[in-house]
Amino acid sequence: MDLIFEKSRSGRKGYSLPGTDVPQSSEMDQRYRRTVEAPLPEITELDVVRHFTQLSRRNFSVDGNIYPLGSCTMKYNPRFTEMLAGLAGFAQLHPLLPQLGKGYELVQGALQLLYEMESLLCEITGFSAMTLQPLAGAHGELTGVMMMAAYHKARGHQKRFIIVPDSAHGTNPASAVIAGYETVMVPSASQGILDMKAIKAVLNDQVAGLMLTCPNTVGIFNSDIDKIAKMVHEVDGLMYYDGANLNAILGKCRPGDLGFDVMHMNLHKTFSTPHGGGGPGSGPVGVSEKLLPFLPISRVVKEANGQYRLNYDYPDSIGYMASFYGNFGVLLKAFAYILLLGRQGLADVSDHAVLNANYVMARLKKHFHLAYDRICMHECVFSAVKQAAHGVHAVDIAKFLIDQGIHPMTIYFPLIVREAMMIEPTETESKESLDRFIDAMIQASDLSLSHPDVLKECPQIMPITRPDEVKAARDLNVNFFAAEQRAAGPVA
Amino acid sequence: MLSVIGVTDISDLFKDIQPHHAPRSFDLPDGKSEFEVVEYLRGLAKKNAADLTLFVGGGYYDHYIPAVVPAMTSRGEFLTAYTPYQPECSQGTLQALYEYQSNICALTGMDASNASLYDGGTALYEAMMMAIRTTGRDRIVMDGGVSPIFRKMIRSYTDNLNIQFVEVEPSHGQSDRKRISRALDKNTAAMILQNPNFFGAIDDHSDIVQEAHEAGVLVIQSVYPIALGMLKPPGEIGVDIVTGEGQSLGLPLSFGGPYLGFMAVRKKLIRKMPGRIVGETVDTRGRRCFVNTLQAREQHIRREKATSNICTNVALCAVQATVYMSLLGRKGLQELAQLNLDKAEYMKGQLESVEGVEVKQGSPTFNEFTVALSVDAVEVISRMIDHGFAAGFPLSRYYPGMKNYMTIAVTEKRTKDEIDGYIHALKMVLAELKVSV
Amino acid sequence: MEVDVRDDLLYTKEHEWVSIADDGIATAGITDYAQTSLGDITYVELPMLEGEVEQFEQLASIESVKAASDVYAPLSGKIVEVNADLETDPDLLNKSCYELGWLAKIEISSDEEISKLMSADEYRSYLDNIE
Repeated sequence: MDLIFEKSRSGRKGYSLPGTDVPQSSEMDQRYRRTVEAPLPEITELDVVRHFTQLSRRNFSVDGNIYPLGSCTMKYNPRFTEMLAGLAGFAQLHPLLPQLGKGYELVQGALQLLYEMESLLCEITGFSAMTLQPLAGAHGELTGVMMMAAYHKARGHQKRFIIVPDSAHGTNPASAVIAGYETVMVPSASQGILDMKAIKAVLNDQVAGLMLTCPNTVGIFNSDIDKIAKMVHEVDGLMYYDGANLNAILGKCRPGDLGFDVMHMNLHKTFSTPHGGGGPGSGPVGVSEKLLPFLPISRVVKEANGQYRLNYDYPDSIGYMASFYGNFGVLLKAFAYILLLGRQGLADVSDHAVLNANYVMARLKKHFHLAYDRICMHECVFSAVKQAAHGVHAVDIAKFLIDQGIHPMTIYFPLIVREAMMIEPTETESKESLDRFIDAMIQASDLSLSHPDVLKECPQIMPITRPDEVKAARDLNVNFFAAEQRAAGPVA
Repeated sequence: MLSVIGVTDISDLFKDIQPHHAPRSFDLPDGKSEFEVVEYLRGLAKKNAADLTLFVGGGYYDHYIPAVVPAMTSRGEFLTAYTPYQPECSQGTLQALYEYQSNICALTGMDASNASLYDGGTALYEAMMMAIRTTGRDRIVMDGGVSPIFRKMIRSYTDNLNIQFVEVEPSHGQSDRKRISRALDKNTAAMILQNPNFFGAIDDHSDIVQEAHEAGVLVIQSVYPIALGMLKPPGEIGVDIVTGEGQSLGLPLSFGGPYLGFMAVRKKLIRKMPGRIVGETVDTRGRRCFVNTLQAREQHIRREKATSNICTNVALCAVQATVYMSLLGRKGLQELAQLNLDKAEYMKGQLESVEGVEVKQGSPTFNEFTVALSVDAVEVISRMIDHGFAAGFPLSRYYPGMKNYMTIAVTEKRTKDEIDGYIHALKMVLAELKVSV
Repeated sequence: MEVDVRDDLLYTKEHEWVSIADDGIATAGITDYAQTSLGDITYVELPMLEGEVEQFEQLASIESVKAASDVYAPLSGKIVEVNADLETDPDLLNKSCYELGWLAKIEISSDEEISKLMSADEYRSYLDNIE
């Protein structure tokens, strides 16, 4: 398919601008001005629409395809939230309005939304307070770890390490390092759960905290979680909860109650805001009383007279994590989702997420090696080792699924499982669509025995076959206009 | 399904969660119908003053968003897709991001762009960290005209790091060459500039770039994309890293986000860029296609050495921006920039005739400029709201000594009538305040 | 896994090889085991000329499609030459890791450090224990 630059023709336009109703200004000094126009495309509106419509058709999406990506919670995104984000009363609101004279009066609706959202998230997770500022999950992680560092600094602690399980997502240690800590890895025991003895072995006064997700990245809930929290608190360490897997425990338990001091959540996972092909997301962070003073500013407060305003007066705050109040347009979608589902709806989410994952696991375990043969939570992890013995790897099974119109599960994560295939169906898939996925997986397994070459050729019916990733990294081409590659500008 | 699993009840699946783990409370409201939720949120929306005529900028501008932009990005295939880790079923997003990267390079005159960062502020922070890592130096010289909104965020992030900041206040609106000269030294990793700056002033930073390079200092410039329809692109004057806020490229103001951070670099720095990058390649049949590339940097095998911990970009916002840039195109962006300039210049002219208002003329401006009032700007702005205008941004919020100053932004959406109406209202407000003084 | 281990070289635990010439200049690279594990190499970040390195500290950085990985100096000393061919042909590391894919030449500062390296046979045993 052509690039939009290849469809460009000199003189065509896709815009309509109002004519000027003011006099033309005098020419700006030459030395500030560009002499050649930026070589953006020249193309009609229809051609732009056709181009992006055709591009969109090359994507799989939750709207179009089953998407059982482990750790991503690709549930259905209720469409009415798009309409709400587009309401002029939200979309047209300039972020600097609160800074104008009478500022808070101008944005009472927005502040009320933020305030109520914080309360809802606190109740869902069991924490005392929230910040909605972080702009994505990883950003939330960084915020959380920075607050941990501030807590220890305020107490004059000399903390050096953060403990991270070996099954953790790569962002966990990265965040720890950016906040100035080193990481210590702790191995998972045979059942995929953190080894208590191993934790004890590394716990000492220099431990700033322990970061983990529960259920863990292999979908197993650690029943000793509160005991672990006690151990860490005994050395005045803090417990950090990575909320990526919150979908499994909604209404069943709350990280705040289990002894966690800080958590981030991913609104684009658990609270169903659309993934957008890779963002925007939102990563609110909840804290226990201990970390309250360190929350980022500003914070929304409600006065006695029912008015909302922003408070910046928190001397121990870690400061500003974002330019404003968070991704408001994303927060309001999650807010609407929570209101839609309500108490019972949210509790049902974990019921059905866990039911669906266990159903998939039960039906597939005769065909694929199960990394941990026990009840799972919202996701299960298989290994393709049996198929690999015939030369068929997890990646080949994934590419086969694509030809069936199914987005593959997560592959090669977590790192502790060889040929890992992590499946998270989510609660919004019907039994019929689960069966369709399961049947496709079984077919892949059967083919790996009878016709392994078929799988290695997949996908065959997509617009492209497997791309050469090595070439992409070696012969770097990330810009159509790069000088040595082709002439800049549209075709005349 | 339960029998296939081998349990009798869903609660059996949760037996690892012990009774003492149960929530202490789960006091949420009951679920509502879609209609009720919509009505509730509409009610909240109505409590916001979204119909003020906006003359506030500060880095976030009220530009017209053509209907095609949301029409394309609200398509489910773009909206509900995941990050493109399986390229064969994500060519839509991947090609759109490649085109976005290319458009950003076209606009800025740089060699390579990434596939977006969270927003203009975090992009500037990431650029700064890139310069520190690349040069191995730990000192940053920051022009005081760089957005204070970005600067306060950068301070928060770097509080625990050993970075020395030197801020150089502008002189007559533009960068103070003498003091910048004195500040640049062999320990400096980067010089951070903004054009136009927070006061609206336009500058030609070529001389600063040259001097910085002589000292081995990298130059980072934060820019305003619509202004680049008219202004000299930073790539042309040798800037090393360009960043900026892309909200003006087809994204609604949306009370603070989601926004779009863009970053573009010179060739030698491509591999140091954080964030996702889309590259062109071929498939097994030699057909052109696109993939996420240079992923190794994102989570280094020694994971502490990753270039940053950024996992998401803002793909959908980048697609909005590339649709917008494609619609406007070469000529449209230039015309749009001209319109913005004309409107702002007209308003400046009209303001000059208002007693108690002084338009700062120290340097050329684009669509935003600074005025000094004879009275407190916050008070004036407060009263202008009663006339239906968000009249400007009071600089005292970030510059305590500037109580009487505000910046005013004028975009293509502001009609002559609105501008004239503003002038009329301002005259009344100033007269009221003069009387009450 | 069939790996190529050369008898005339010395080895480190992080899978680097080194060959020391009479004039005290050591040539270093990565072993066949390393290049196989990394997969197709896409980029090599070479050290600065005239820079000093310490034994077992970072010497260079290698990117493959899968991951980025550090290469550690087998011996301490000053970098006197780097293999510029790797800038345009990083796959030399995959195709010829012991010959054309050498990384850097170091003017070594301490003969005593040589005793901390493994012989070819020791390295072979070491590899057997990993697998």
